[in-house]
Amino acid sequence: MKCAALFSGGKDSTYAVFLARKHGYDVSCLISIASENPDSYMFHTPSILQVKKQSEVMGVPLIIQRTMGEKEKELKDLKEVIQKAKIDFEIEGVITGSVESAYQASRVQRICNEMGLECFNPLWQWDQFELLQELIREHFDVVVISVSAYPLDKSWLGRRIDEYFIKEVRKLFNRFGINPAGEGGEFETFVLGCPLFRRSLTIVDKQVSGKDNSWRMEITVL
Amino acid sequence: MILIIQCCREKLHYFEFVKPIEDVLKKDEILFESVHYSSLNKRVFSKFDKIIISGTSLKDNFFLQDLEYFSWLKKIDKPVLGICAGMHILGLLFNGVLKRRTEIGLTDVFFEKEFFGLKNNVECYELHNFYVESSEFEVFARSRNCLQAVKHKEKPFYGVLFHPEVRNKRLLTVFAGI
Repeated sequence: MKCAALFSGGKDSTYAVFLARKHGYDVSCLISIASENPDSYMFHTPSILQVKKQSEVMGVPLIIQRTMGEKEKELKDLKEVIQKAKIDFEIEGVITGSVESAYQASRVQRICNEMGLECFNPLWQWDQFELLQELIREHFDVVVISVSAYPLDKSWLGRRIDEYFIKEVRKLFNRFGINPAGEGGEFETFVLGCPLFRRSLTIVDKQVSGKDNSWRMEITVL
Repeated sequence: MILIIQCCREKLHYFEFVKPIEDVLKKDEILFESVHYSSLNKRVFSKFDKIIISGTSLKDNFFLQDLEYFSWLKKIDKPVLGICAGMHILGLLFNGVLKRRTEIGLTDVFFEKEFFGLKNNVECYELHNFYVESSEFEVFARSRNCLQAVKHKEKPFYGVLFHPEVRNKRLLTVFAGI
C-alpha cells in the first residue's frame, strides 16, 4: 500500500516509517508541517526545515506545508497537504508516529476518515522505555534538540539516546514523572542516522536559545 | 490463558490494535496467544480460558464480510470480550443490527451499572464508524450517541465500543481475572 508519513524528523515519526517499511509498506512521500507557532499542540517545531536533508538521505520525496500554527487552522493546512499527497502520490494511507496523545491521534484519524484513507499509528500506546530501547537496538542515532519541562535544562541539548540516557530519564521518571520518551512534550529529538538513511547526517551548526527549563537547539545538518 | 483474536486486515495495524492489548496482559504477567481470525484452528480453543476479540481501523470493515469465521462463538460458554469490531461481531452473531455512528477520540461515557470496575462517568477513547444493537444484550453504558458496553443476557459475552487498550486499561486485566 502506498502511504504518506507525517514526518517531523524526530525519533517517533522516523521509527514509524521504519516499521512501515519493515512490514512491506511503500512510503511514497513524507509530509512535514512547518508551524510558525513554537507552542503548536499538533506539530513538532524545532529544526523542522532540516527534514529536507533527512528526506534526501532516505530517498523519499518531501512535501513541506507551512502553517501559522493557529489551533484549528493548522488542521485545515494538514488536510490540504494530505489531499495533495493523495493526488500527487496516489496514497491510500497515512502513517503517524503518535504514541500517547489522543489529541493528535484523533485529529489525524478524523482527517483520514473524511478522506477515505487508512490511518496507521504503529507506535500507539507503546511503553516509552520499550520505544527508547528499540531505537538503540535498531541503531537509531537520535539527538535531543529541545527541552521544555522541569528539571530538564540546557545540559540536555545535544544528548544522544543511548543506555546512559535511558538510565538518566528513568531517574527523572521515578522522581518527577517525566515521560521517558518525551511524549508529554518534555523534549523533542532529531534523527541523525538510522537504517533508512543512506548515510548519517552531521550537525554543522547550532543556535542555542532559551532559559530555565525551556531550551531549543536549532541545528543545521549536512 | 487468553486467546486474542486479531481482526485487522492490514499487517501494520497489529501494532495499533493488538500490541496494546498484549502489552497490558504482559505487564500483569497474564499468558496469552494472538491469532488472526482467518487462521483460527478449532482444535486449539480448549487451551484458552477466555477470549478477547480486537478492534481494527476505521476504514477496515472486512471482518463484517467474514462473520462465518466466528460462528463457533455461538457454541461456547467461555468469557469473551469484544472490543469495537469485536463488539460488532458479537452483536451481529446474535441478531444485532449494524448502525452508522462515528465517534473519534476521548468521549464521555456513562456507566448505568458497574462494568469491570468502571462506573458512573468515565472518559473513554473511541474509534468507530458503526455500532451494533442487539436485543440479546443488556446495556451497561452509553455515550451521548450510542451504546458503549454490553453483556449477553445468557452467556458471559461482553462488548465495549470504546478502546480499553488506550484508556481504562485496567478493564482488560479485570476481565482477564474474572
